[in-house]
Amino acid sequence: MTGRARERVVAFLLRNATPIMFIAVFVFFGLQEPAFVQPDSIANIIKQASFIGIAAVGITFVLLTAGIDLSVGSVMYLAPLIAGFAMREYGLGVGPALVVAVLSGAVMGTINAFFVVRLRIIPFIVTLSTLFFFRGAGTFLTSSRQLDFPREVLDFGLAEIAGIPLPIVIFAAVALAAHVVLTRTTFGRQVYAVGNDIEAARKAGINTQWVMTRVYIISSSCAALAGFVLIAQIGRLDQSFGEGREFDVIAAAVLGGTSLFGGIGSALSAIIGATLIQTVKAGLVFTGVNLYLQPIMQGLIIFLAVFFDSLRESNLRKLKRRFIRSDD
Amino acid sequence: MAALLEIERIDKTFFGAHALTDVSLDVEEGTIVGLIGENGAGKSTLVNIVGGVVTPSRGTMRIGGQPHVPRSAADATRAGIAFIHQELNLFTNLTVAENIFIDDFPRRGGLIDRGAIRRRTAELLDALDLEASPDTLIDELSPGERQLVEIAKALHRDARLIIFDEPTTSLTTRETEKLFATIERLRGQGKTMIYISHILADVMNLADAIAVLRDGKVVGHGPIAEFDIPKMIRLMIGRELKQLFPDRTGTPTDAVVLEASGISQPGIVKDVSLELRRGEILGLFGLMGSGRSELARILFGLDERAEGEIAVNGQPLTRHTPSGSIRNGMAFVTENRREEGLMMEAAIADNIALVSLNDYARTPLRILDQDRLIGAATAIAGDLKIKAGDIRRQASKSLSGGNQQKVVVGKWLLSEPTVFILDEPTRGVDVGSKYEIYAIADQLAAAGNGILFISSELGELMGMCDRILVMSQGEIRRGFADRPFVEEDILRSAFREDAEA
Repeated sequence: MTGRARERVVAFLLRNATPIMFIAVFVFFGLQEPAFVQPDSIANIIKQASFIGIAAVGITFVLLTAGIDLSVGSVMYLAPLIAGFAMREYGLGVGPALVVAVLSGAVMGTINAFFVVRLRIIPFIVTLSTLFFFRGAGTFLTSSRQLDFPREVLDFGLAEIAGIPLPIVIFAAVALAAHVVLTRTTFGRQVYAVGNDIEAARKAGINTQWVMTRVYIISSSCAALAGFVLIAQIGRLDQSFGEGREFDVIAAAVLGGTSLFGGIGSALSAIIGATLIQTVKAGLVFTGVNLYLQPIMQGLIIFLAVFFDSLRESNLRKLKRRFIRSDD
Repeated sequence: MAALLEIERIDKTFFGAHALTDVSLDVEEGTIVGLIGENGAGKSTLVNIVGGVVTPSRGTMRIGGQPHVPRSAADATRAGIAFIHQELNLFTNLTVAENIFIDDFPRRGGLIDRGAIRRRTAELLDALDLEASPDTLIDELSPGERQLVEIAKALHRDARLIIFDEPTTSLTTRETEKLFATIERLRGQGKTMIYISHILADVMNLADAIAVLRDGKVVGHGPIAEFDIPKMIRLMIGRELKQLFPDRTGTPTDAVVLEASGISQPGIVKDVSLELRRGEILGLFGLMGSGRSELARILFGLDERAEGEIAVNGQPLTRHTPSGSIRNGMAFVTENRREEGLMMEAAIADNIALVSLNDYARTPLRILDQDRLIGAATAIAGDLKIKAGDIRRQASKSLSGGNQQKVVVGKWLLSEPTVFILDEPTRGVDVGSKYEIYAIADQLAAAGNGILFISSELGELMGMCDRILVMSQGEIRRGFADRPFVEEDILRSAFREDAEA
């Protein structure tokens, strides 16, 4: 029986690999530098994680349908840019500008969805193209000059609600809304069904095209919101804003336990993934690790998470194997 | 009694080829019609027309007296038709309750009313005698339980006509019994069913009426009392099948080609030893879950073993891997043709070539000699009489079950093995093709190969094998070497009802 008991422990560890790694990372840095686990520093980590986190929650919808959205980094750039133009040209306030940014994101998501769903081009190619197209549109509009936002945007970005920084509030609100949508609505459950077996979903009478369309719109809208929230922190948008961020966003979602093959994942996993990446980054800074080592460490963490994920898969499959003989 | 479903003079042509010709069939309300026929006889086309997946070229249907003209599967569902397919349409990452309600969740305040779907699902599961919580993930259910969930789905939609398409292929004996009990109970409640299966004894047991299709035509239709199994076979294949098994053309020699001794793996098999000789067909029989397929996987090096030696042609296999087995002349035709044995989307020739790619690679750059490879594959396709068009283009999934199995065998033939492990080679294959597969097994043995023939159909083992080993609970229970085999003795041994041997 000791063999079985050990197997059970292994299974438990693997099933909860990411949360355990999260705690381990936290404890590790905490022991090295007690200031790291102070409320201030934790709040700071979550605040910095909210940018990637909001977009990761959005892309989780796409990943759940076994799709991919590489254009999120460019959407983060173009959507706030359009909002910025609207503020400059039409004197829009911050609230309406935020709505413009999110709606612009939704339009970009619709463009992605049109090619994926209507023209049946694979998501990787579609969103790789729009990655360049959206950023290119921004370059054309600005002639690659930077855009400064009015002072009130910065005020908005640095605002606090009940003592909690605004990015955290928005992150929490988005994550909570996504969680409810994914677990408690017909659309949410159908997203999981499509990701599990799209053919069966079609046969079950699910409008798979409409489900797919909405996930791309959600992903881009969240990316737009994430972009606007970060812009509001710095007050300025330059040409390289959001560049390469699609990989941070995908890594955060996958790190949290969302499968690239669809059907597995949750809003919660996006939160965990985004926060874990940020914790490592902050921890390395705190403990004074060579700055140039940081990308390597980050790569290592992501590799470990994905490695544990595949270990978990094969191990759980082994545990599910039928046992024929009960006496040994 | 009134007919629930009336099919009248249905024709269906695909690209000019007749799949169905002038098919008329009535299904009485509250009865089970057994629909039988060889692969390619038109059974699937017919039920797909009823189910709205395929539109007929000509003819009409009525359900409950109303014209039935489904334009889609959803239309047919609304008309009260439910399908229980061989491959189930369930989402393994969702719960039982969510699967049942996936297309139409009841809502409260905009959100899914989880209490309601849980309650309704519990009722449905209760009625089907399935002890599982509505919140269980499908992933955690066995194939038999999943099938009951599909039936629950049909009941939830108030299906009047339930079509079962080969429902027992992946079920254990126990699960099959439970399914049959459920089907009987549904009939008692007035449900109408169409039951498609290659297992004629099951059809005999369940059906009230039989319809036989051959080459797209109804060649026999009537109450069950008018049929027996020989008559069904005769009608299905259109000739008297005098012999179910070919005569054996060779005799086993004394040379051992595969030797296993003391194979153990905790929880799976214990102390299994066997010897397979040149020219011999050695049967391995056991009930579902006795460890037959698991033993085969261990012998081939797919799964690990804690103890024991395996030698092929006197060559011991240490650090045992499938590629080591192949190099030493072993071939493994798996029971799971669709998932493990064939690349369904790939061309027939590509499948045949797969195992031997290395032998056809020109050094030093290891570039494939396509002409020689295609030539060899074509020769094998011809030898095995694979019924196909252009083997370089035609995808394997377009072949019938029997022909797919031949492609799997062909793939191994190209690597010129001496030991064949055939795991359930005739599962899901119709009567006519079964004979051809038996004939291939005989030819392979006569050519000097050793064949380990694993099956849960005792009849075919008794018909084909030189010796039969019986497995039970992961052990070799007994060996039978004297023809004619006595069915009762073997079964008794498999059920562990014999005196301890």
